[in-house]
Amino acid sequence: MTLYTGIFYLLGVITLTATAMAVTRRNLVHAALWLVVSFFGTSLLFYLLGAPFLAALEVIIFAGAIMILFLFIIMTLREEAAPRSFREVWRRWRLPSILGLISLVLIGFFILSAASSYHRLMPAMAAPIDFGRFLVTDYWLPVEIVSFLLFVALVGVLYLGRATDELEEEESLPSVEEEA
Amino acid sequence: MIVPFGHVLFLAGLLFLMGAVCAAARRNLIMILMGVEVMLNAAGLVFVGAALHWGTLDGQAFVIFIMGVAAAEAGVGLVLFYYLNRRTGDTDADSYHTLKG
Repeated sequence: MTLYTGIFYLLGVITLTATAMAVTRRNLVHAALWLVVSFFGTSLLFYLLGAPFLAALEVIIFAGAIMILFLFIIMTLREEAAPRSFREVWRRWRLPSILGLISLVLIGFFILSAASSYHRLMPAMAAPIDFGRFLVTDYWLPVEIVSFLLFVALVGVLYLGRATDELEEEESLPSVEEEA
Repeated sequence: MIVPFGHVLFLAGLLFLMGAVCAAARRNLIMILMGVEVMLNAAGLVFVGAALHWGTLDGQAFVIFIMGVAAAEAGVGLVLFYYLNRRTGDTDADSYHTLKG
């Protein structure tokens, strides 16, 4: 038992608690903020496991960019959380929870039966400069593919997110409420 | 020593299942997308742990690609919800049962 072991379990508890709070909140803003805490915990876990560059990216991309995007959309949609009865909540969560628990038992079984699960991880650190050099020499093609994927996503977002009046002019199909 | 490799896998497995249960149980489209983000994040944790386990950088390189995919998915997914919300007026997954328009 070293200091690193204690830090790992502490970060694990923080991350799991924050994620559990995030997935169960009725209020979407609270869920998004709990998820930010969860991503910070994961970021510190990345740092502990020897990936300082990825820890920085986790904060910048996940906790920063993606969650801010979520918050913007939540605020734009003005979704109000209606209180729900316990029975209805139970009815919705019952089957996914049971399936999740079965999967958890299976995951635990496979982890316990694999020999490499008992291999002890020693602290190591990949310097960002080495990691960057590795990425653009050995993985330059996937990097290009991901950048192309992001470009396609950008074009798709620009197409779907046109101004509302522009959209209504082109509207040829009846909307869903009109049909109903 | 930090911890046995299995503990990292188990933590990531728990996180992944929380995301999966969230995506399956919640009705709100934004919460479903958040569940998917949690799942991608947990997959990244497995890759970082594996990179430390085998002492190579390949696992860390894959996390970069996971982050790229997560960013693209969040952007396109959220703008689709926004687009659909202007038609139906809510974010409940059960409202989107038609493919027309």
